[in-house]
Parts: sequence; structure tokens; C-alpha cells
Amino acid sequence: MSIVGTKVIRKEDPNLLTGRGQYVDDIQLTGMTHMAFVRSTEAHALIKGIDVSAALECEGVIGAWTAADLELPPLPEVPGLERPTLATDKVRFVGEAVAVIVAESKYAAADGTELVVVDYEPLEAVTNIEEATAEDAPLLFEELGSNTVAEVPSADDHQSVFDSAPHTEKIKLINNRCTAAPIETSACLADYGPAGLTIWASFQAPHHLRNRISAWLGIPQDQCRVITPDVGGGFGQKINFTPEFFLAPVLSKILNRPVKYSQTRSEAMTSMYHGRAQEQEVDIAFDNEGKIQALRVFASQDMGGYAIGTGMGMPVLTTAMSAGCYVIPNVSVAWRNVLTNTTPIAAYRGAGRPEATYLIERAMDHIAYKLEMDPTEVRRQNYIPKDDFPYATHSELAVYDSGNFEGALDELLEIMDYESIREEQVANQDMPEKPLIGVGFSSWLELAGFGPPGSLEGFGHLGSWESVQIRIQPDGSAIIYTGASPHGQGTVTTFAQIASEYLGIEYDKISVRHGDTATIPQGIGTMGSRQVAVGGEGVKNASIGIVQKAKSIAAHKLEANPEDIEVKDGSLFVKGSPSKSLSWAEVATFSFQRLELPEDMDPGSLDETILQEVPNFSFPSGAYACVIEIDKHTGDTRVRDIYLVDDCGTVINPLLAEGQVHGGVAQGIAQALYEEFSYDENGQPTTATFIDYLMPGAPDLPSYTSGRINTPNPNNSLGAKGIGESGSVGTPPAVINAVVDALRHLGVTHIDMPATPQKIWKILQGGTK
Amino acid sequence: MIPAKFDYKPAQSKEEALSLLAEYGDEAKLLAGGHSLLPLMKLRLATPEVLIDIGAIEDLSYIQDKGDVIAIGALTKHRKVEQSDILKEHIPLLAHTASHVGDPQVRNRGTIGGSLCHGDPASDLPAAILATRATLVISGPSGERKVESDDFFTDFWETEVKEDELLTEILVPKYTGESWAYQKFNRRSQDWAIVGCALQAGDNPGIGMVNMGSTPVRSADAENALKSGGSPKEVGELADSGLTPPTDIHGNESYRRDLAKVLLQRALEN
Ligand SMILES: Cc1cc2nc3c(=O)[nH]c(=O)nc-3n(C[C@H](O)[C@H](O)[C@H](O)COP(=O)(O)OP(=O)(O)OC[C@H]3O[C@@H](n4cnc5c(N)ncnc54)[C@H](O)[C@@H]3O)c2cc1C
Repeated sequence: MSIVGTKVIRKEDPNLLTGRGQYVDDIQLTGMTHMAFVRSTEAHALIKGIDVSAALECEGVIGAWTAADLELPPLPEVPGLERPTLATDKVRFVGEAVAVIVAESKYAAADGTELVVVDYEPLEAVTNIEEATAEDAPLLFEELGSNTVAEVPSADDHQSVFDSAPHTEKIKLINNRCTAAPIETSACLADYGPAGLTIWASFQAPHHLRNRISAWLGIPQDQCRVITPDVGGGFGQKINFTPEFFLAPVLSKILNRPVKYSQTRSEAMTSMYHGRAQEQEVDIAFDNEGKIQALRVFASQDMGGYAIGTGMGMPVLTTAMSAGCYVIPNVSVAWRNVLTNTTPIAAYRGAGRPEATYLIERAMDHIAYKLEMDPTEVRRQNYIPKDDFPYATHSELAVYDSGNFEGALDELLEIMDYESIREEQVANQDMPEKPLIGVGFSSWLELAGFGPPGSLEGFGHLGSWESVQIRIQPDGSAIIYTGASPHGQGTVTTFAQIASEYLGIEYDKISVRHGDTATIPQGIGTMGSRQVAVGGEGVKNASIGIVQKAKSIAAHKLEANPEDIEVKDGSLFVKGSPSKSLSWAEVATFSFQRLELPEDMDPGSLDETILQEVPNFSFPSGAYACVIEIDKHTGDTRVRDIYLVDDCGTVINPLLAEGQVHGGVAQGIAQALYEEFSYDENGQPTTATFIDYLMPGAPDLPSYTSGRINTPNPNNSLGAKGIGESGSVGTPPAVINAVVDALRHLGVTHIDMPATPQKIWKILQGGTK
Repeated sequence: MIPAKFDYKPAQSKEEALSLLAEYGDEAKLLAGGHSLLPLMKLRLATPEVLIDIGAIEDLSYIQDKGDVIAIGALTKHRKVEQSDILKEHIPLLAHTASHVGDPQVRNRGTIGGSLCHGDPASDLPAAILATRATLVISGPSGERKVESDDFFTDFWETEVKEDELLTEILVPKYTGESWAYQKFNRRSQDWAIVGCALQAGDNPGIGMVNMGSTPVRSADAENALKSGGSPKEVGELADSGLTPPTDIHGNESYRRDLAKVLLQRALEN
């Protein structure tokens, strides 16, 4: 039986479940010191002075530094819009690092930060796009002359189509600001000695960090080592540079001692990158059958206080994917990036595609409202037919490789009882004590498997490939070294499955090593749902390469032709005469012994390195449905059921694929119903703790019902598309469509995320049929 | 999330706790389960110089049947209150309300005395204690004094317990009626209530409200209406009467007023 496609238990789990995982904060070095930050309490202010003298008197404090003391270059982010490593003359959001303390203990470091006095001259803050783009808005960077740091107009607004269309609709949407809030907050430990620099970091892309930090510090890459040990969640937040990772090595060098930083939750909430925070103006034109004729999108991305590469890219991805699963003859997109006095924005699981899916799936329901059509019917009117792939869209980035959108909807309607939900919905409306029921759909499609050459370079990475090296050990076991840097995905398991399949070596004799630039032959990292579609393909190709060589060795020893050697169940044998066989262990041992090898082969040649490239992104898709219950008296809104049909092409491990969907769906429900990072008018955060920022937990989420269809990815031989972000992409519109559906009989056509009970209660108060 | 420096003084008995309180005065804070105090210290919103740990005083952790009343030691954990057969039989509202506090970890650490002394209008147990019309026993340098639950909560996060005193016991009258309920409205399972309502119906009804003012409060107008035979709807309509609920990110004043009415009506119809 094939091991690819089976529910193998995760190799990662025993260590993690028995407390033997090792996170950055678990690592202790001799002479280690602790770093802590003085962070801005103002959203927008000039720094008139910083007095660290009292902190220096504090017991245990070793040193305190400001930007002026260190004179560091800015972080290596967007050219021309660089973020200072420590605030210089001005602060631009609450939580920005203003001064840094190093102390003998983390307690002393925290005490020290309390004693630093910063003299702020407050400036008027802009906390949202509207304020930031107002005529005489206060500017975050005076020298730029505007808070809008990028603006791309549409090539053609298709006005004539709108003018002649039977129906048009204008929709304004807000994709609420969220924070990823991984359980492990940011952490690093830098040890800069005479032999070079080692950094342990909670990060998703160790080579990326190594390459940029060594350039920033001016040391050769060979003397800079980045280790990402166990990482407790990233969700895109940990592919972006933060000041802490750059300051720790600098201070380690100054002090000639290791410097550790372990972020507090309070700091993580305001200083780690947020996600989403995009506003959209959407115009649609459609005919009487519900066929969409034109789509116009204007996406305004709130960048927060500083422009970060992945943040800048969000509206690019949103506008590339705005047409979703549908044939839309006329699409026009425009976008802009706007600075505000809030926490900077970067990638967050889904990164730009949830925003796209939300807008087009809300638009589909608006067509249904207007024409009084069933939302599934509207979608059927517009799907790209399953035989129309590859499908070129309005965007060069988005050439869809494959998909069967109507097939996914059909499967979805198989696993749910749509009719009886509709019956219950109508019956409940007139029964005061029964909840309102709503059902919402989302046919979604995303762009994953980053990516084709150039795609990640645009975000500052060295390349868009992923590295895989497989080394057969003398006993016939195998070690895979990869630049993938998993932090919860289960890549160790899936890569071992793929290798086992194509090497013919037992799963239990394959280890996967990652997260250390000293031992891994280059790498890019884990992000953009890429590591099965890119790295996994590399594992397969490296395995095939090794098997070719192993066959030559076996053929030489068994006096047969390499073409006649087969590999099965841990041994290599001559086709047709299974008694003439060698175990993998024997072949592996011979591979290191000159006298046992064919003439044209050198010892140690069962060692294959591949930088795997892919020609296109992959396009996971699916159809989700959400059933909502609303308490008519309190507005309490709960997801009763959620039905999920995913198409991620070939599934390597159904258990892990489902786990990825579950996590993403949880974050999707969270965005739709619970989470919003907000600020008051002065730019003070109002949701900076988990008491106010409502990240839901397992008891708050429904059970999931899943189904699956499979249209293989034609661009890799595995046929895999990626599934890491699917849930967070597909879920929010399904939930909001369901909430609105529950309130449709009251004339409701929209409610902004998060759909809180108070918002719904207000509607119920005012609403009559 | 790192507290400021403090000294730690474990107390083995009530007497030792009182003498430590006398010694350290307003520099000190009592530490019971720590589930309200420690989060505040980690955020440096509380910076006591000395923590007097009373958590290990076994003598103050008990639930005893004293005839007309049940006596509960101040250091009794929420979990014990929740699971107590005596309470389930005689004051089911209290046991049930305790089961709504936080999650099992919180309930295995937090104490009923700590919850009451913290005096948070958002907490569950104070509302239940108000509904039961309990009496609180406070020990100080000059001995014991008793305070009615109605007089116990004095201001936001403030109670009758003075700096040199200790809450030692809660005396809760046995409930002889048949209709009680605790209604808690929140978003996530482990959250504090946005609004909550603790009810003991009967001849002398008690209605304690959560998050409907700056202290835990009773809804006196609703109690009176209930006494004079009002329907659940009529009584419910008075749930917020005379109260001034706060506005915060989880709910504004008018939403809280309406929730209070709905919850009380539901409590009565239960
Ligand atoms: C994650 C989490 C969720 C929670 N959820 C809820 C919830 O849903 N509902 C709810 O009601 N509560 C909730 N709580 C709070 C919890 O119930 C606390 O345990 C309780 O409020 C305080 O009890 P404690 O024993 O932990 O007190 P401590 O934190 O030790 O003390 C609290 C205060 O009371 C004082 N004090 C304590 N004991 C005495 C005494 N005997 N005499 C005089 N003063 C004393 C202390 O000095 C301190 O000022 C939650 C807490 C956490 C951490």
C-alpha cells in the first residue's frame, strides 16, 4: 500500500507532547543576558529626549541604549520606506521600540524599562484610512508629503459596461484588523563571539534572516548561523523582520555575552505585525440571470505605522484574486497603501486572499439578494467550467492551473442537508424562543504554493525554490535536510512519507532536519502554503535521483542491468528473480566503499541536493457552507455547523490536511465573529489583551464536517496544491453570508466583521419584517 | 508580563496572617489563589512590596452545615464550591454559579474569599452571594466582625475588608425555595460575563447582577416585583431599574440593560 495518502501519525508529536520540544526561550547559555524594550505609549509623537540614567542605576541592569547611542541602519525592508531599528526623532505607533535595556535577568530588564523617561511631544494621530487620506491629515513621514505610500490606478474602469448593465451594485467592505497571536510570542537569542554569530530565532525562514542580518551587520554569511528550533506558530507574522532580531546581535557583540529576548504577550499584541486591515469599494454589474458582467475593486490597505514588504504586497494579492472562481469578462482593479498610527501590517495566514475571497463572495450574495435567487444558483451561473483550465484571469499573477468549482459545490450539497436547514430557517422565524437560522456559502479559490521564479524575490527572498537534500546513511536509513522551516504544519511527517514512497525505505527510518543554516544547504522557508507543492516535489525528485544511483550499485553487485532492478519493501532486487536481492542497508554500505562500487561511481554518492522550482503558483479551492444560529433576544451568534469541501489536489496525509483546515477555519470564524484589533481616536489600542481581543478557543467552535474533491495540480508531479491557508481564506464570507442570511427577512444586506452580538442585537431591536 | 520585585511571606494560620498584615501594613497584599492578583501584578497594575500568602491555610478551607446556615471558609476553592454535596443540596445556586467561573484550571486555584475580596462587578460569585443574602465574617486585630453581603461591596474593586483585616468565613442561609438560576452571557466559554444574573426566588427573593454597576449589585426593584407576584416578563423588565451598567468594548450601557432584562426573565422561566 502506498504511504502517500494515508493517515500516518505525526513524527513531531511525541517530542512536543512529552514536553521535550525546545523553543528559543528554553535555551540557556552560559553568561546569558536578557533584553527588554521601552515601547512607545504614544501613537504619534516627537521624541524630545530620552533619559536612561535611572535605569542604569537599577540593580542588575547592564546597559541601556537609544537610537542615538547605537546609530544603526534601519531594518532591511521596503527601500525608501525603511523602518528605524529604534525610534529616532519620532514614534509612529503605540508599541514601537524606543530604547533597549540589557540586564542580568529578565526581571531586572523589565524593572529597567520602567525607569527610562521618554519626553514625548504628542502629535495628532491618524488611526484609519479615512483620517490618513484626509486633505490636511497629519503626516507620519513629513518628507513623503503624503500618508499614501503606493497607489496603483486601474487601467480601465469599464464604465460603459456598468452604464448599460441591467443591474449594478456598490458594496463597501471592511476586512477587520486581526493579529495572528501565535501561542509562542517572538523570541531570539544571539551569541556573537570571535567565531561569529549564532542566532536562535522564532521565525519561519531561517536562511532569509541569515542572509539579511549578515548583510546588515556586514559579516560574511559563513560566520552567521540562524537556528529556528521548535516554533510555536507563525501564521505569517514570523516571516517579517522585527527590530529585536537585529538589536540582539548588536548588543551581544558590544557586551561580548549572549543576549536573549523573550517577548511578553502584552508586547506581542501591539508590536508584532497585524494582518488584514483592508477596506474595499466594490462595484458589480450583472444581468437578470445573475451572470456577473463586470467587477471593479478599489482596495485600500492600512499599512500601520511602517511599510513592510509583505504588508505592501497584500492588496496586490487581493486584487489579483478578486475574480474568485468566476468568469468575469470585465475586471478592473486599483489599490493603495496608506500609513496610519497603528501597529504595522504584514502577512497573516491567507495574506491578501481572504480579503479577495471575502469581497467576491459577498458580491455573489448581493446578486442573490437583488435578484431573489438562491446563492448556490448565482454561483452556478458564474463558475469557470471545469474544462477551461489553465484559465487566464485579469491578472498576470493568477493563471489558474486547475479546479472544479461546481463539483465542489455539488459535493458540499451532498454532505449537508440544505433543504431541511431552509425549512428550519423559515419555521423558526415565527417562533420567539427558537433561534434565527442562517446559511451562507463560499466558493473560494486561492493562490498558494509560492511560487514561480520571481514571486518570493519580490518579498526580499533569495529565490522562490525550496531546498531538499537527501543523504542515505550507511545503515540504509535516510536523512532529509530542507530549507522548509515548519512550525506546526507537520512537514517532517509529510516529507518522510513522500521520501518513503519514492525511496522504498521504511517511514521509521527517515528523519527530516530543518531550521539550521549551518547544516541545511540554503533554503527559503515555510509560508504561502508552499511546502508540499514545492518542497515535497523536491523530496520526490531527490528520492528518484537517489534510487537511480542505488539501482546502479545493486546492478553492479547483482550482475544485472540497472534498468532491471526494482525497489520494494526495503530491498533492491532483479526483476523476475526476487532471490537476487540486496537490502537497502547493504546497498547503502556499499555506496561508501570504493571497492564495492561500479567504476563510474564515487563513494558517498547517495546524496542528492535539489533546489526545487515550480512553474506556477498552485490554486487550492473549495466550497464551504456555514450554518449560524442567532438568539433573537440577545443577538448571541454561534456557528452551529460548518461544512467544508476542499480541493487541494493530491493529499499526502489526510490527518494533517484536515488539521490544517481546522486551524484555518478556526481563524476564519474568529475573524468573522470574534476578533478585531481596534484603537481609540488617539491611537491607543483598546484590545491589547486576551480579555478584550476575543481569540476563540476549542469550546467556542463547532465540529467540522468535511468532504473532499481532487483535481490534481498539473504543475507538479505529486499533484499537490497546498492547504495551509485554505480555511482562513474560505471561511469568513461563509460565516458572514450566513449571518446576513439569518437576518435577510429584516431587510439586512450587510454586517461588518466581526459580527458581534451587540451589532446584531441592534439590528434585531430596530428590525421588523 | 513580568511583575515588579516583591517579598514573599507565607502564613500558616489566620493569626500569622494578621500579624504579618499588622507588620507590613499597606505595603502588603494577601495572596489567596492569585488568579486576580497575579495577573494585575504581571501587568504592573498592582505592585505590592510584600505578598502574604494565605493559600496554604488549611483551616480556612471548608464547607460545613451549621443548621440554618452553611459556613464556607474563605480559602475554599471554586472547584470545591462547585462540587460540594452540601452546597448542591442547600444552596444549589452557589455551587452552580461556581461552575461558571473561568475554566477548570482557574476553579482549582481561585478561592471564594479571593473572588469576593477582589470585589469585581464582572465576577460571578459576588452576584450569587448577594442573591443568597449571606453574611461575611471578617477577622482583624481586634477580633471578628460580621458584615451583611449588601454592605460588603463598597466601590469598584473595593470592599469592607480593611488593610489589616482578612475575610475568613462566609455564612450562607440555606435556601428552601425551589426556583433558582444563574444566567451568564459571554462570548467565549471562559470569559467573564458581559452581564450575569443570579436568582433565588421565593418569599425573600434575591437577584444579584453581574456587570451592571461599579460593584456587584442587587436588583431591588425586580426583587420587589417578584415578591408581589409579577410575571417573569414584568419582573425581567425591572432587572436594570436603578442600576447604571458600564459601557465597554464588549457591550454598551443600553445593550447591558437589555441583556439584564432578558437574562432575568430567562432565569425566572427556567
Ligand atoms: C483566566 C481566568 C479566567 C477567569 N474567569 C473568571 C470568570 O469567568 N468569572 C469570575 O468570577 N472570575 C474569573 N476569574 C477570576 C477568578 O475567579 C479569581 O480566582 C478570583 O476572582 C480571585 O480569587 P483568588 O483566590 O485567586 O484571589 P487572589 O487573586 O489571590 O486575590 C484577589 C484579591 O483579594 C484579596 N484577598 C484574597 N483572599 C482574601 C481574604 N481571604 N481576605 C482578604 N483579602 C483577600 C487579595 O489581596 C487580592 O487583592 C478568572 C481568572 C483567570 C485567571
